[in-house]
Amino acid sequence: MKILVTDQVGTEHELEGLEGWRVMEVIRDWGLNIKAECGGALSCATCHVYVDKSWLDVVGAPSDEEEDMLDSVGDVRSNSRLSCQLLMSDALDGLKLTLAPSAAKEEAA
Amino acid sequence: MSGNEIVTDVVVIGAGPCGLFAAFELGLLDLKCHFIDILDRPGGQCAELYPEKPIYDIPGFPMITGQGLTENLMAQIAPFAPEFHFNRMVNSITKQDDGSFVLVTDADEVFHAKVVVIAAGGGSFQPKRPPVDGIEQYENKSVFYSVRKMDDFRDQDVVIVGGGDSALDWTLNLQPIVRSLTLVHRRDAFKAAPASVNKMKELVMEGKINFLLGQIAKLDGENGQINHVHLTTDAGDLSVPATRLLPFFGLTMKLGPVADWGLELNDNLIVVDTEKFETSVPGVFAIGDINTYPGKLKLILSGFHEAALMAQRAKKIISPDERVVFQYTTSSTKLQKKLGVA
Repeated sequence: MKILVTDQVGTEHELEGLEGWRVMEVIRDWGLNIKAECGGALSCATCHVYVDKSWLDVVGAPSDEEEDMLDSVGDVRSNSRLSCQLLMSDALDGLKLTLAPSAAKEEAA
Repeated sequence: MSGNEIVTDVVVIGAGPCGLFAAFELGLLDLKCHFIDILDRPGGQCAELYPEKPIYDIPGFPMITGQGLTENLMAQIAPFAPEFHFNRMVNSITKQDDGSFVLVTDADEVFHAKVVVIAAGGGSFQPKRPPVDGIEQYENKSVFYSVRKMDDFRDQDVVIVGGGDSALDWTLNLQPIVRSLTLVHRRDAFKAAPASVNKMKELVMEGKINFLLGQIAKLDGENGQINHVHLTTDAGDLSVPATRLLPFFGLTMKLGPVADWGLELNDNLIVVDTEKFETSVPGVFAIGDINTYPGKLKLILSGFHEAALMAQRAKKIISPDERVVFQYTTSSTKLQKKLGVA
């Protein structure tokens, strides 16, 4: 199964993922610009993505805890999600999303 | 040497789980540790990011929380009485002619150490900068991420952004002394003490502060001084006159000064060998999430292993002529005495 990810500079990537992987893990393992500093513990918001509007119904709404974490980034939109909370499944095959500026890693020294 | 300079065997930068365990392994070898950490308490990511979250892959603990692990490690290293210096960041490390190191913190303290262990995880926790173009030019002049002196806000037009305890507490504390105060949050729900939220709402009702639903989009100003904060809101764009901005978006890890210490780095990680976990500068070690080597896994248990091997090498550097016998805590009376159990 695949996801389509547009990074912060506008390049689109088609990424292969496996059932049950977190979408964050797929993006991170393919080496895209995602900080994901807490590793998927829903304890930061550095895997912040914008879900393509056509996929919002499939993906569903964030939990209260996820909404709380989204308070810690300044670029939230109505289609914001934390990608560590999205699990790869047949239903999400083809999911389109864009990496938020606030998900970017620190530039290498 | 003045009185406030600290002389020790080892300075450990970072009091997260791997750094803490390093004090145990170093302590068994009679080496004294001083910790320097930017947070105000031990535990690193375990304390800051996930104190209440369960961890399932610590050997011997089917489940333990970040806080629980930190407390256990603190108890484990207590016999060696390590000393902690919190709320500080190491700015520089300089190697001396005799092979030892001088470290200077952002509080201008000076540490003399024979060995330095960098156990800084993902770097130092620093305030998250909101994604607003050009915000850097205003930082520490009219944009602040913490309140050091309340007087800096007296008679100012203050905009506070965020929905957590910091945002709410400072709204309540600064309101009596400012000229105007606007709290901005992206939604009408707060992750803060309910009493503070209620007080804030009362102040809004009394017309003493403004509350706006929205996010910062742009700053206007010159020479480091802001004069307007532009907001994106559901009702369209807004511009609020402001002379001070306080964004409270929590902390994130940044590599910080580590990048300037002359160590070989790879993608913001410190390159080490897998025998001693020593960096490209002999006598400076890196353990835990901040290091990299072929096959590295960012697991706490990897950091524990790295700490044990690092300590053997540190001992040889500090006491080159001492013959060290490898011993087990289970059977060695000598080690048990050090632990205070024999």
